[in-house]
Amino acid sequence: MCLAIPGKIVELAEHLPGEAVLGTVEVAGVRRKVDLGLLKDDMPRTGDWVLIHVGFAMTKISELDALEQMQLLTMLGETEQAMQEVRGYGLEDGVDVKEMRTKTN
Amino acid sequence: MIGKAAVESAAPVVRFRDPQIEMAHGAGGKASRRLVEGLFAPLLYKSANQALGDAAHVNIDGSSLAITTDSFVVKPLQFPGGSIGELAVNGTMNDLAVSGAKGRALVVTFILEEGLPTSVLEREIRAMADALRRAGVAVVGGDTKVVERGKADGMYITTTGIGMLMPQVKIDARSVRVGDKIILSGPIGDHGITILLARGELDLEASLSSDTRCVLPLIEAMVEESGPGIRWMRDPTRGGVATSLNELARDCGLGIVLSEEEIPMRDEVRGACELLGLDPLHIANEGQFLAAVAPEYADAALNALNRTEGGEDAVVIGEVRAEPACAVLVTTRYGGSRIMDMLVGDPLPRIC
Amino acid sequence: MRYVDEFRDPELIRRASDEIRRLAATGRHYRIMEVCGGHTHAIYRFGLKDILPDNIELIHGPGCPVCVLPMGRIDDGLAVAKSADVVFAAFGDMMRVPGTHGSPFEHKARGADVRIVYSPADALQLARKNPAKHVMFFAIGFETTAPSTALTLMRAKAEDITNFSVFCNHVTIIPAIRAILDSPDMRLDGFIGPGHVSTVIGCRPYEWIAKAEGKPVVTSGFEPLDLLQSIVMLLRQLQAGEARVENQYKRVVPWEGNRAALRAMAEVFQLRPYFEWRGLGFISQSALKIRDEYAEWDSEKKFPIPGTRVTDPKAAQCGEVLKGVLKPAQCKLFGKECTPEHPIGALMVSTEGSCAAYYNYEHRKAAALVTSISSVA
Repeated sequence: MCLAIPGKIVELAEHLPGEAVLGTVEVAGVRRKVDLGLLKDDMPRTGDWVLIHVGFAMTKISELDALEQMQLLTMLGETEQAMQEVRGYGLEDGVDVKEMRTKTN
Repeated sequence: MIGKAAVESAAPVVRFRDPQIEMAHGAGGKASRRLVEGLFAPLLYKSANQALGDAAHVNIDGSSLAITTDSFVVKPLQFPGGSIGELAVNGTMNDLAVSGAKGRALVVTFILEEGLPTSVLEREIRAMADALRRAGVAVVGGDTKVVERGKADGMYITTTGIGMLMPQVKIDARSVRVGDKIILSGPIGDHGITILLARGELDLEASLSSDTRCVLPLIEAMVEESGPGIRWMRDPTRGGVATSLNELARDCGLGIVLSEEEIPMRDEVRGACELLGLDPLHIANEGQFLAAVAPEYADAALNALNRTEGGEDAVVIGEVRAEPACAVLVTTRYGGSRIMDMLVGDPLPRIC
Repeated sequence: MRYVDEFRDPELIRRASDEIRRLAATGRHYRIMEVCGGHTHAIYRFGLKDILPDNIELIHGPGCPVCVLPMGRIDDGLAVAKSADVVFAAFGDMMRVPGTHGSPFEHKARGADVRIVYSPADALQLARKNPAKHVMFFAIGFETTAPSTALTLMRAKAEDITNFSVFCNHVTIIPAIRAILDSPDMRLDGFIGPGHVSTVIGCRPYEWIAKAEGKPVVTSGFEPLDLLQSIVMLLRQLQAGEARVENQYKRVVPWEGNRAALRAMAEVFQLRPYFEWRGLGFISQSALKIRDEYAEWDSEKKFPIPGTRVTDPKAAQCGEVLKGVLKPAQCKLFGKECTPEHPIGALMVSTEGSCAAYYNYEHRKAAALVTSISSVA
């Protein structure tokens, strides 16, 4: 049920009878044709990344969301450090940490 | 003494309970082991404790020889990077090499399917001739049988090789000690994934080819620099690195700890394994070997390999520890770990 | 981005696990269930339990479609395959699952035409290439996989491929979660929600868990950083006394799900009134069957199905382990009569079943360490 992996669309291909749309997806240099039928409401283009499960593309991968997530993850340690600085000043919770940091830099 | 005689004359116990033979019994994993240990060994081997290595060492009037045999049933017969004929030569030479022997002569058996085009057969014989030349060994005899259409996938080849043991090295799993380093000669998974893709059932494309080659030159180079420190070697064919190292762990009673990020593999192997849900450590290799080397010789062994053509990617992937005894542990960079088991049967693509 | 390596960055993993330790340092014991078998597999594969503090307990849920498939259904599917011209096509995951008279692979060894396919589309292709044979696709999976089966049936109909049918065992995830929460022995603090099922059904179907049951749900990705970040999000909610549905796997899971996929499912499938889940018993409205409009491609309408029902041996405690009430090692048969090599219960059969995962990854580690310690003593 769960093994689905990201791959990049390198070629949009054939139309089979019954309006099937296939694309060629590349994962670490390996290529496979996948069925894009589940994405017909918002067809991906060449260069888009999709999530592949049992030979079908399930969804487009949002680079923006991925980058945002990476940023959140990077901040995990930093936020704590910043909070410690703030506590060191004897201020209450709820202070805008970012504002504090730019003021002290 | 009476008790011992009684034990020796007792009927051998067949412990193999599977009602029929399945593909898993040929996959090199647990099922294969069950068959060999449970049916073949009790009835065919003289000593119940005979270690099951790649090649057998026999002593004939003072000469130490190694002898091994292997059969090749690959489908398709020809694939990127090689063909069945090449595998047949390299596979047996490699089995001899990892048991510390230099292969000197091969005998070969062909089982040919009625209807096999002569052009295909000739191609394989030429491929074998090339492989023999590169390996510096000759075929000295053989046998041919033909079976009815449908009974042999084109052709099956068995090669039996005989060689002289290299005096500088003594291979014995029981000599492996805590602290020994595990060296891997190069990237894993190329052969198995190439075959899987070449069968055409999975609709995957990748620019991969089989890694089939004779590893004797690499082993000779390593033996020359660090012979006394080499305790154990194996070529991780069917069942992959995981199976070979599990066998070592069982045979020496110690634990093997691997560092996942050190294990070399090509991107395409990684990609194909991810797409199919396969574990690269279970995939067959036909041109690689593993060695357990005493720590004081490990650098010399590795350098010798890295300096030799074809050995540039050799790397230390782990070491032998006291625990987890009889098991292989794979560790990640961030402190996680998991036990790596042998395969039960063939690696299966999964969706879950 | 390649969307894989970035989410395995060791430095970020360290930060996430530090944050988890910080948040969890409350003296409280947290019981979090990951519903999806793929998450169970990831947790073990990446050794995540090694980097979590001891007071966070991960409990494995029932989201393993192979595990919950009753043995009788396998028997029925294989009974159809016994007929000489029927090809039994299924995912690799199914091939070693034991039926009463053996697994699909064992049937293959006895002469049945059993093939592994990676996709339902591959099964349909087999039918196109083998017009003299009938190909029966033995379909399993939750809502992640059902839309692909649906599209394949739509193609079979559009192309009028008559030598193809589907033996449908698709099940739905929400009733399984309900069964967990209804279980009186259950005490859970929160859920790591399914990742890929959610790409199809979205996040709304989990809202009742937060609202009615008061448990936070975080739908999660499958890389180590995804799982760790999801645990951070759950802990933050628990500490703030909140219970909401959050989507950690935003880059892939749309809140509203995949409409085209849901439409395809609705076109081809309808809910069965009830279906038997191995270990959980009969659950109503929990599984899919093929609509009458597609009867020509429904194996259960084309072939006589014995309707076998097989009960698990009483000693096997699969149900309790599935619901997370018992740990695998607490089942009386675990590691003795029931091992991955000769599985008795469902959870040992699939590599992502809790018992198999635990056995392969943890049990041997623990047993090996115990042996080493006792041999030193």
